[in-house]
This record gives sequence, C-alpha cells and structure tokens, in this order.
Amino acid sequence: MAANKKEPKGVRLDHISKIYKDPKTGKDFYAVHDVALDIEPGSFVTLLGPSGCGKTTTLRMIAGFESPDEGEIYLGGEPINELTPNKRDTAMVFQSYALFPHYNVFDNVAYGLRLRKVPKDEIQERVTNILKLVELSDMEQRMTNQLSGGQQQRVALARALVVEPGVLLFDEPLSNLDAKLRVQMRTEIRRIQQALGITAIYVTHDQSEAMAISDNIILMKGGVIAQMGSPTEIYYHPNSEFVADFIGECNFLPCTVTGREGNDVIADVYGHPVKVLSERDKIGSAEIVLRPEAIEIADQGQLPCKVELSCFMGSYQNYHVRVGDTLVKIADNCPIGRKTYQVGDEAYISFRSECAHLLAT
Amino acid sequence: MPVARSQSASLDRKKFFGDPVLVITIIALIIFLALFILYPLAMLLMDSVLVRDTHLYSIEPLVSGEKIVYVSEKGEEISDSRSPVCVKLTSPTEGIEEKIVPLYNSTGLFAGRATMNDVEKGNTLYLKTVNSKDKAVYIALDQLTQVQEVPQTYRANGRVIKKMDGIELSDLCIQLHEDNWTLDAFPRIFSDYTFNNALRNTLLLGCLTGLGSLLIGLLFAYVDVYVHIRSRMTKKLFDVVSLLPVVSPPFVLSLSMMLLFGRSGLITRMVLGIYDSDIYGLWGITIVQTLTFFPVVYLMLKGLLKNIDPSMEEAARDMGASRWKVFTTVTLPLLLPGLGNAFLVTFIESVADFANPMIIGGSYDTLATTIYLRITGGTYDINGASAMAVVLLGLTLVLFLIQKYVLEKKTAATLTGKASRGRMLIEDKSVRYPLTVLCTAVSVFVILMYIAVPFGALFKLWGRDYSLSFKWFEQMFRERGWQAFKDSFVLSIIAAPVTALLSMIISYLVVKRKFKAKGFIEFVSMLAMAVPGTVLGVGFIRGFAGGVFRTGFLQGIYGSGLILIIVFVVRSLPVGTRSGISALRQIDKSIEESAYDMGAGSGKVFMTVTLPLIKDSFFSGLVTTFVRSITAISAVILLVTPRFLLITCRINEYAEKGEYGVACAYATILILITYAAILIMNTVLKYFGTSKKIKGEVK
Repeated sequence: MAANKKEPKGVRLDHISKIYKDPKTGKDFYAVHDVALDIEPGSFVTLLGPSGCGKTTTLRMIAGFESPDEGEIYLGGEPINELTPNKRDTAMVFQSYALFPHYNVFDNVAYGLRLRKVPKDEIQERVTNILKLVELSDMEQRMTNQLSGGQQQRVALARALVVEPGVLLFDEPLSNLDAKLRVQMRTEIRRIQQALGITAIYVTHDQSEAMAISDNIILMKGGVIAQMGSPTEIYYHPNSEFVADFIGECNFLPCTVTGREGNDVIADVYGHPVKVLSERDKIGSAEIVLRPEAIEIADQGQLPCKVELSCFMGSYQNYHVRVGDTLVKIADNCPIGRKTYQVGDEAYISFRSECAHLLAT
Repeated sequence: MPVARSQSASLDRKKFFGDPVLVITIIALIIFLALFILYPLAMLLMDSVLVRDTHLYSIEPLVSGEKIVYVSEKGEEISDSRSPVCVKLTSPTEGIEEKIVPLYNSTGLFAGRATMNDVEKGNTLYLKTVNSKDKAVYIALDQLTQVQEVPQTYRANGRVIKKMDGIELSDLCIQLHEDNWTLDAFPRIFSDYTFNNALRNTLLLGCLTGLGSLLIGLLFAYVDVYVHIRSRMTKKLFDVVSLLPVVSPPFVLSLSMMLLFGRSGLITRMVLGIYDSDIYGLWGITIVQTLTFFPVVYLMLKGLLKNIDPSMEEAARDMGASRWKVFTTVTLPLLLPGLGNAFLVTFIESVADFANPMIIGGSYDTLATTIYLRITGGTYDINGASAMAVVLLGLTLVLFLIQKYVLEKKTAATLTGKASRGRMLIEDKSVRYPLTVLCTAVSVFVILMYIAVPFGALFKLWGRDYSLSFKWFEQMFRERGWQAFKDSFVLSIIAAPVTALLSMIISYLVVKRKFKAKGFIEFVSMLAMAVPGTVLGVGFIRGFAGGVFRTGFLQGIYGSGLILIIVFVVRSLPVGTRSGISALRQIDKSIEESAYDMGAGSGKVFMTVTLPLIKDSFFSGLVTTFVRSITAISAVILLVTPRFLLITCRINEYAEKGEYGVACAYATILILITYAAILIMNTVLKYFGTSKKIKGEVK
C-alpha cells in the first residue's frame, strides 16, 4: 500500500465570507458569512447542510475557484488567498467525477503526476499502487465510459489521491450513486483516508453520510456555521431546533424547567414531571429534544399518550402518538414479541434522562 | 450589505494575472478582433462623416538665402540644404488667412498621410496645383503630410517641385484640404440616384428571395417531417439537394442559370425555342438566390416542425378540422416566429450576397455590387463607397439584431422540448402526390443546374456546338489557371487551421472563463456574422491602404497575401465560434476545473483537456473554413492584387467577359475541391471521431 510520503496539512479558515449578487433582486447577500474553522492535519471533516447553505462555496474557496470577500485561508500555516487553484496543494473529487473522457483510467490517474514532471517509472509505480488501493488494478487500460458509476468514482478518488495533496476535497462525491453503492463507497473513502492519514474536507447534504464518515461535522445554514462537533455530539446535543431536525428525525416536547436533581433537571411536560440530563440552571420554559428510537412505549411510563398511527417498517414499529398537543414519533426497534399498539390505544411513553437534550426556547 | 466585494475582486484579479498564458491570449485576441473587425468598420464610419474642404493657396518663396530642395525622379536630393524652405500661402478665396509654412525635405517628423486630394494616376501620387493661368498642373509627390505640432502647416516629401515642369514657384497654387466632421455625406448619397436605385433593388431582392426561400424551404421541411415518402431514392434526393447549395461555390447556380436559360440557353433556346430570353436582372437573381438559400430555411424549419407535439394537431383533427385547416390554424401559427426568423436570415444573406448579382444581375445593381463598382470602376469614389457600405452595414446589423434577440428568443419560447411521441405520417394520396411531385421537381431542377456547369466546361461552344472537348480547360491552364489554384489553395489552407484554432479559443473563453473583456470578445465575434463581405472589404481598404490610422503602420500587409488570409479568417470565424460554443456547452464544467485543480495552467487545460474533447468540432471547423475561404469572393475581390490570382475572382472575370466555358472549367474544379474536402472530413469523423464515445458519458 502506498504510504503517504508527505505530511498532511491543516486548514484554517480565518473568518471568511463570500458575497454574491442575487440574480433576481440584484442585491448582494452573504453566501458564506464569517466562517472560522481550524481543521487538524489528518482529520476528516464534513461540511453538512441543506442546499444553498454555503458549504460548496466554502469548499470551492479552499480549492481556489472562488475568492473570499473577507478573511484569509491558510493551508499548512501558509496564507493561500492569492494562489490560483493549480498552485494550491489541494485535490478535489467532483460530484460528476469530472474524469477526462478522452483518457483511459491510467492516463486519468497519471494526469496530475505528468503535470508535476514526475519521472516515468515513478508515475507507473505510483499509479499502480493507488489503483491497487482503490481496487481497480485490472482496469488500467479501460476508457472511463466503460466503467460503472462506482468504478468511475474510484478513478476520480485515485486521481486526486495520487498527487498526495496536502488536503483532499470532496464535493458531494456520492450523490450520483445508488443508495447501496453510496453506503459501500463511503466506507471505502473512510478506509482509504485513514490508511493514508490524509486531511479530508467533505461536502454533503446527506446527514447519515456525514455521521458515518467524519471525525467532525460542521453543520451550516444560510452561510453561517450552525454547529460543529463530533457526530455524537451533534446528534445528541444539538444547539438548535434546526440542527436537531436536520440530523435525523426528532421530537420536540415543550416543557417548563422546575428544578434540579443531581445531574438532571426536572421538567414539567403537560403536567407530568420528567428528568433530562442537562447543566442548565435556569428555571422556565424550554424544549426537550428526543430521538424517536430513544422513546419506549409501554402500558406504564412517564407520559400518557394516544396512538394515532402504527405501522410496521421491518426493523422497527413506527408509531405516531399524541402527548398533550404534541405529535411524537417513536421508532420501536425490533418489535417482535412485544405488545403492538393499535390506533386509538392509550399508552405511556418514557425515556432515559441521558437520551434527552434540553433546548432553550 | 456592509462589505463591498472588493477583496474577492482584487483576489480574482491577482489570480487572473497570475496566469500569463490566459492574459496574453486574451490580449492578443482583443487586439486581433479590434484591429481586423472593429477598426475597419470604424474607419468606414469615420469616412462617411469626415468631409474635406478644399482651399487654394498660391505659393511664394518667403525666405531668401535658403534653397528649395529639389529631388530627382529617383528620389535623390539635388540640393543638400537641410533647413526648411518657408513659403507663404495666399488664398484667392476670401476669408481665408495667409499662411506661412515651411516646406520640408524628406527627413523629419512624420505625421499622417496626405490630406490632399490624392489624385492618383497609376501608382504615383500627384499634387494637384493650379498655375496663374488657372491650368491644373500635377506635381508628382511621394507624400504631402501635415505636421502635427503646427496646425495648418504642410510639408512635402520627396520630389517637391521639378524644374522640368517648367513652372516657377510663383505660378503655383497648392490645393489644401481640411478634414471636417459633418453628416453631409449621407444626404449626398441619399440624393444620389445610383445609390437610391441600388438600395431599392437590394430591399426588393431581399424580400423576394426571403419569401421564395421560405416557401420552398417550408415545402421541403413539411414533406420531410409530415409526409410519408415511399421511395428511399426520393428521400436521398431531397437530402442531396438540400445540402448541395450549402457546400457549393456561390456563383455556380448563376453560371448554370445562364447556360440553361440565357440568350443561348439550352432550355430556352433548344427546348422552348425562345431566342430573346432575358434572365439577367431581378428574376434571375431571385431564382438563383432562392435556390441557394432555401436549404438554410429547410434545415431551420425541419428542426422546429419536429418539436411540434403531434397530439396538438391530432386534437384539432379529432375535433373535425381538415388537414388544411390544421395546417393554417395549428401548425402555421406555432411556426410563425420561426418563419420570421428564417425569413430574416435569408434576407440578410441575400442583401450581403455579392457573387450572384454580379454575374447574373446585368444592369440590376444591388448595394454590394454598386459599392464594388464605385471602387473598381472608373470613378474610384471611395468616399461614396464608404458611405454606402455604412448604410449596407446598418441594414444588416439592425436585421441581425432583430433576428438574434427578438425572433430567436420567441422561436425558442414557442417551440421547445421534444415531441412526446412519433408523428403519424400523412399517407393520403391527395396530399402526398402533389407535394412529393413538387419537391421532386425542385430537386431535379437543382441537380440539373449543377450538372450544367461541368458540361458548360466540356462543350465546345455552348449554344452552337455541343461536341465534347477539353479546350476550355486547356485555355484555363494556359492563362495562369494553375497559379490561381495554387494561390487559392495555399491561402485557404493557411487560413483554415488559424481560424479553427482561434474559434475554439474564443469559444473556450466565452463558455468556460469569466473575465472582464469577455463581453467584448463575444460581441465582436458575433458582429462579424452580420457584416457583409463587401462592407468588410471596403473597410479593409480604408483601414489599411495607408496603414493603421493612415500612419503607415502595418501598411505592408495591404496588397499582400496576409491580408487575404486575415479576411478569410474574419469571414469564417463566426461560423467556427458558433459550432465551438455549442460543442463546449455540452462539456461538464468540472472536467476542466479538475484539470485546473490538479495543477494545470490555462494553456495546459486547453491543450490537454478542452481541445481533445471538441476535436470533432475543431476538425469540421477546419474543413468548413477551408471551403468557405476557397469559395469566398465578396470581400477578397476588393483586396486582391495582381500578385495573387484567386479562383473565384477568375470565374468572375471570365463570366464578365462572357467566356463562360473557362468560367465553368474553373467552377467545375472548384466544386471537385470542395466536395473532396467534405468527403475527407466525413470519412475522418466517421473513423477517428471521438465525440460520440464521449457524449455517451458526459451529460
């Protein structure tokens, strides 16, 4: 396996902004606003967010295709604002793969090395090694249109990896693949990134992809960072309703914090007290964030509810229940052997205090 | 918004200038386009608003002790005095002041070309002076130039005043001209009968040709898309006929028109027995232009008709409309903007056409031929020609802008997207037979026209002696025919790759890059599409005959082969650019971005990625340019010098002299050359073309 000869580089975005003109109104607006980031060398960071949140613009600013209006971008400690894309130590994997259709697999991968005037033997060796890494060893002579989508994706990855960039950029690389292949390829990308110890910045709008692949997730909304942190942190401790809702299914229960008991706070939900793990001391109204799979439904529990939908989904039983005025979604995993509630049944829901998260309203 | 986009703007600028290949290419391109498209047109405009006032001055030597510089006919100084001789100029016209001006010798400042009425006799420039007996005396001068620093002072270079003329200095008057900006030229030409007549003729011809082409083109398109044609032969025949005029030299149809329907025409005389047939004039040109331009209409309308959803027409049929009713109430209204668009396109082509009115027009002069005759004829009225060229340019430009920005958009708006399913072709005999017969008749007629030309070259004497001989070919080669083929071929083959590469670079810059001058490049290369060849020719004469801005800079290219090549390039550039742009639009932007990201500079990206991807478009651009160049006439006929012989100009010459046999011999070989070029292109594209492979992958 090819060992990465170069040290991976860190990326620092020093409060960068990008302004675009709205084509309809003709007014300027921030596509990216005051984004400050410090990406550790060798880590895998995902820019996640709905379309139009500025994640691709941020990535393209790092690559050099766009220029920031405020702030400076550092690569390996060096400011790179003034460098053109071809002079930056980055390599990008494009959404459409952007393979050169007039070259075969080998020539596609060798393109960057030839530009760098690497000696022929070394090109041969490095391309062979990298193709082995992406498991395309026997395809060197194929034209790119003779490859499947997944294989094309691997060629694009190999082409970016072979030049040993300081940082590897991914622009929604898996969005053109079918669901099954997507899952397989993301594992593959993670494996290769870890094997090479390379820095990677990955753009996607798919939250499950982001969770599966990243060391850190940067969730963006409207050009600003909504939250950043490890996948677990973001999943269980979202700092806003938007983040909670964007990362997986979510229930929001309105409550009033009435007091504290050890590490938990006591909150009142429609007149029933529940415990939530939180450091919050403020008394007053708040929201409890609950993931559907963290909720149990039973004949006894913390909060009374009425079943409005019950539906078997294979791996879980899907319930919609009414708690007070709020609709709560429940994913009852592996339901077989347990009681199944029908529409109209009265039941109780309950959850562990560490599965719930308190949000200020 | 609090922050201006100044940082990104300055960064983008830095990045842009960090790419020297790109910057140099763009600058070179801008210079090329400005110098060879915009500048000649600007000079035309300037000529039409710049009018000279003439004043007469008598000359008196003022300073004694200084000698006048006499220069021999060979340009050698007879006297060696370097100091200027001043003369006093007194005008007999009232109200004009006396001037004291120095007459310089040939050294010193150079400040623009003579502003005198350059009376030209042969190639030598003469200064027209008037002696005391009011008789004009011509004094040979190399140049009389105005010194920039001192207004209204003049100096004569070279042979100032020759002793042998037998004129004393005091006998002379100098006729000086001053440039004034006025709009007088336009009222002048608009009151000029020749011009008015030509303008009327041009517009009438454009309308008739536009309508004729529209009718025949619509007929062919309708039959092709709607009518079931049983025989494959007929279908093939239509294809050939619609392609022939596109690839053939411009005057082939005019020549055969004369051979078939002229005074000794095969059909008029032999078949119909008419001895005084007159096809010269409006009807002759209309027929020839219609046959030349209807394929353009056919191809345009065919595309539109195919986009009409058949369900719409079936719905009308279902509600009880007859076929004719469906055509007039559904098909035609949908097609209307497209018809307008096609009409304007042919109208512009007809107005700009030079070759056909030249050969078959007889005394029916159009603007293009009038301009040509003004320049080459006895009058040599370059100012009049310039003003007319400006009018012609204005006409085509306005129509072009309407076509491009109004009708093309409307067409796209009414007919877009693909038809949902295949059309039920018309089987009905009462429709099928008459339409098919009509189309076949037109096709046979066109093919007959093409066959007539080689026979015109092979028959001993058309109209009298129909035995075969090679005498016209022999005469052709005897009278420097070989040189004409060589010159035409060499100049075209040089122009072809230059144009193809240039148009691909322009397309790349327009489609794929963002920079400030992009709008300019896009605009000027589009502008070239609307400029008639004749206008460009006159512009080049005005722009380069005395060098750029009459300073003598680049004067060397005037009359050289280079200027002919440049004209070829400029004339074909829009066609190549259009096909390059549509080819590049199909290529995903990120392919180039990825090469850029991998470390390739702009030049490298273009050479290793862009160009290979549009190889086919490049190659067909190469051949199209070659064909267009070798068959071009309108602009080059004004610029060609006796040093170069061009096939097209030779055909025109022989046709004017009435030696149709030789003209046909040239035309026959020209057809063979263009046909061979296109054959080679198709073969190469079939076996080496890559686009099909690539297109499958790129969305």
